[in-house]
Amino acid sequence: MAAAALSMPEIENKAMNLGIDLSTIDFDNIVLPPGDDFGINSDDEDILHEEEAPEFETGYGNVIVVDNLPVVSPEKFAKLEGVIRKIYGQTGVIKEGGLWMPVNPDTNMTLGYCFIEFNTAQEAKEAKEKTDGYKLDKSHIFVVDMFDDIDRYMNVPDEWTPAEIKPYEAGDHLQHWLTDEKARDQFVIRAGTVTEIFWNDARQVRPDPVYQRQYWTDSFVQWSPLGTYLATVHRQGAAVWGGKSTFNRIHRFPHNQVKHIDFSPGERFLVTYSSQEPSNPRDTHRVVLNIFDLGTGKLMRDFKGSVDDFTTGGSGGLSGISWPIFKWGGGKEDKYFARIGKNAIYVYETETFILVDKKSYKVDNVVDFSWSPTDSILALFVPELGGGNQPARVSLVQMPGKVELRQKNLFSVSDCKMYWHSNGEYLAVKVDRYTKTKKSTYTGFELFRIKERDIPIEVLELDNKNDKIIAFAWEPKGHRFAVIHGDGPRPDVSFYSMKTGGITARVSKLTTLKAKQANALYWSPAGRFIVLAGLKGFNGQLEFYNVDDLETMATGEHFMCTDIEWDPTGRYVATAVTSVHEMENGFHIWSFNGKLLYRIPKDHFFQFQWRPRPPSLLSPEKEEEISRNLRKYSKKYEAEDQDVSLALSEQDRKKRRALQEEWETWTARWKQYHEEERELRLQLRDGEASDDEGSQEQYEAKEVEAEEVLDVHEEIVD
Amino acid sequence: MRPILMKGHERPLTFLKYNREGDLLLSCAKDHTPTVWFADDGQRLGTYRGHNGAVWCCDVSHDSTRLVTGSADQSVKLWDVQTGTQLYSFNFNSPARSVDFSVGDKLVVITTDPFMGNPSTIQVKRIAEDPADQTSDSVLTIKGPQGRINRAVWGPLNKTIISAGEDSIIRIWDSETGQLLKESDKESGHQKTISSLCMFTDKSHFLTGSADKSAKLWDTRSLTLLKTYQMDRPVNAVAISPLLDHVVIGGGQEAVNVTMTDRRAGKFEAKFYHKILQDEIGGVKGHFGPINALAFNPDGRSFSSGGEDGYVRLHHFDPDYFSIRM
Repeated sequence: MAAAALSMPEIENKAMNLGIDLSTIDFDNIVLPPGDDFGINSDDEDILHEEEAPEFETGYGNVIVVDNLPVVSPEKFAKLEGVIRKIYGQTGVIKEGGLWMPVNPDTNMTLGYCFIEFNTAQEAKEAKEKTDGYKLDKSHIFVVDMFDDIDRYMNVPDEWTPAEIKPYEAGDHLQHWLTDEKARDQFVIRAGTVTEIFWNDARQVRPDPVYQRQYWTDSFVQWSPLGTYLATVHRQGAAVWGGKSTFNRIHRFPHNQVKHIDFSPGERFLVTYSSQEPSNPRDTHRVVLNIFDLGTGKLMRDFKGSVDDFTTGGSGGLSGISWPIFKWGGGKEDKYFARIGKNAIYVYETETFILVDKKSYKVDNVVDFSWSPTDSILALFVPELGGGNQPARVSLVQMPGKVELRQKNLFSVSDCKMYWHSNGEYLAVKVDRYTKTKKSTYTGFELFRIKERDIPIEVLELDNKNDKIIAFAWEPKGHRFAVIHGDGPRPDVSFYSMKTGGITARVSKLTTLKAKQANALYWSPAGRFIVLAGLKGFNGQLEFYNVDDLETMATGEHFMCTDIEWDPTGRYVATAVTSVHEMENGFHIWSFNGKLLYRIPKDHFFQFQWRPRPPSLLSPEKEEEISRNLRKYSKKYEAEDQDVSLALSEQDRKKRRALQEEWETWTARWKQYHEEERELRLQLRDGEASDDEGSQEQYEAKEVEAEEVLDVHEEIVD
Repeated sequence: MRPILMKGHERPLTFLKYNREGDLLLSCAKDHTPTVWFADDGQRLGTYRGHNGAVWCCDVSHDSTRLVTGSADQSVKLWDVQTGTQLYSFNFNSPARSVDFSVGDKLVVITTDPFMGNPSTIQVKRIAEDPADQTSDSVLTIKGPQGRINRAVWGPLNKTIISAGEDSIIRIWDSETGQLLKESDKESGHQKTISSLCMFTDKSHFLTGSADKSAKLWDTRSLTLLKTYQMDRPVNAVAISPLLDHVVIGGGQEAVNVTMTDRRAGKFEAKFYHKILQDEIGGVKGHFGPINALAFNPDGRSFSSGGEDGYVRLHHFDPDYFSIRM
């Protein structure tokens, strides 16, 4: 009962005044006239209005109306029907008796339209898309509508009514978590059906819960790139959550059966993806992509088509799509997004959501592309053509304008992979080339210096160029990179720097660590430190390495470890065993120098993700000043650390004392019982004096020699 | 602490028991012969031959003269400890899972498994002073709990019987009438099969281990939950130190998974916990299969563990064990 409702005593008073005995009234039999609620809202009224009205299946979703058909006489009726069947038989399966062309009963002429019922609504939609505007001849251009839509269009009022302007409501402080006094970071975990968000409280060496919710998401959760939102994925679409103290729903993005989501790096847009199985198994999967504005929740553009349209290299099939389909470019402003197609790259502008220059960027046989993380520069890879007559090439293209900044031709290439430095300063292209016999491949690197004049390129080959490259990673905010290379169970790890050798910087090797149990590299987001990890086959070996001093800080092991993630500040590392196997599920938190801080086991552990932080607002000069005067700042924090650890140990002592005291009350009680029962126990043991406190008596080991005559046998000796 | 490795069984161990003085260690295994060892140096003294199935449990009388064993061959046998002769055999129509002598050794409580349509039972038999007078009549039969009853032991002064098993509930029964007196709380109690139960020497409290990866300490009289020891593996065996405030908990991943993963993943250590503070003290490695049985020597200066691997490991504590400060 809402505001208008009376409290129980009030009701009783009123009844008394009116002379009604409440006990004689059967409340269950009171029925309000239909459509009138007497101003009394039901408890769930708010929810009722908040939720969108459920969509009813009208049963005509698979019916389309085709208008602008020729008006024909009964003689030609069959012919026209045949033509229509032919056109629409291509787009889908028309139901038996599903084509109806009404006839004017007075003139026996057709009315110029028909209804077609398909097997599925999806086919109907496709038919509408494909044939709306179909030219049968000059004067007969089809106008196709969904049957359901006609009803809807009929109900549009003729008069325009101004939209109701809602009063401004102050939004929630979405970046409140950044103002944490202890400067802690948050992370989200998903285990079983529960999704939980914690502070990483390293001082207290435990996670501090922030928020938790069961069945929050149907498949996974994902932070937005700057950490403002947490996205959940449901059958009906995606939703983003955020807020000051709890997580409130900010927006919903309807998209049926959504499978993947992707944020633009500047958090302006959200891309959602779904693919639907066709009713006809010979057809390809239908793909729907929606791009929403994160700020307003509005759908900006949708892309529909078959899977083949969105796969590269024409490989097709289910595995053909590589997520994300759209790659975002133009730095943090999210200016462009692009996808690769056959012989072209489709670059869209986010101002207008149409293709740049209104056309795609034709590049014959392009198979891969990537954006610079900071600038609007595209890197393209085109493989070798014509059996080696036309070399493979990597080129850098500036957007807009499509100006080719730099190009490099490469010979006898089998594959290329591009690695951008996070600052957009360097681009490393890993090139796999065939040996002369074409039987094996070897690997080299082409290193582009994007920010220097004319973009110089350097070629780097490893000391042993036949080594297989297992992993490659740029140092964030730095000029170094690490490579794991080698064959066999113990590969080597090498570090290179792009800034050695005076004015004209050259790439050179810093060091090689021999025979490491590692197959993955995880740089600290602040650079300098790196975790060399042996995942999967290496059982979770971890080595925390300092690249400035070229020394190992610590080694550790998180047995069976599957995932590793640095926190956004580079202070802590999380290692997790997710539910790829049943055993050992849970996560560990380490300090940057490899000290294990705490372990949390969780069964059915699916996901661990640190909440990202937006980039620092401090100017580089200010940052440098702080790092110069670090001693001054750190004093304050050290003092705080001390306080916390003191308080902790004090707490701990208190807890232990309490436990001990509690235990002593128990033991006292037990002793008393034991004493009281002594007599009875003695009786049970037939008065045997030795009580059951056997431990007090020491046994004595005695050797007893026993002789036993087994057999007597007489033998006469000659 | 160098353990003594006792190789006498051909199949996984199921149960270990010290006699009161702590000079003898009795072991049961899935091979059919319970074995007696010198608890000091691990010498094998002898075996008790006669069972025709896995032996699940045993108990030895206060004066170390009588041994009672329960077996999957649907019998509970009474033995002379010294000579190894079988004195009597109680026959059932389903496997016997657990046996326990009462104070005074005049009664023994036996549990039988649900088998071929017979429900699980708790039965009390009277042990005659002279084996010639022994009869197989049950003094008391209790039915009720669903599934296997993995352990039933006597409460203080033989007034109660405490049982625990597959339905994860601990029950206290009146040993005279068979009436159910108390049940453990479903919320705070174990969530999965209780695999083991160990009574403290003065019967004031007991420890239970469960497949829900925890061990819990209970007050015997009120069935109050006192402590919970959280593990990261299913628990098969538990024991309470009679000397220090320690408990030892053993287990490991289920045997079916052992061959598929690394030995380190199995967690076949015996873990020591502080009984009062619930903190982990340390672990004793060695077995290469789950630990099925644990027992403390009554003097608290040694303990032994029996594993799925068929070995008994006898550990005498180093002097520094007794000076552990928490």
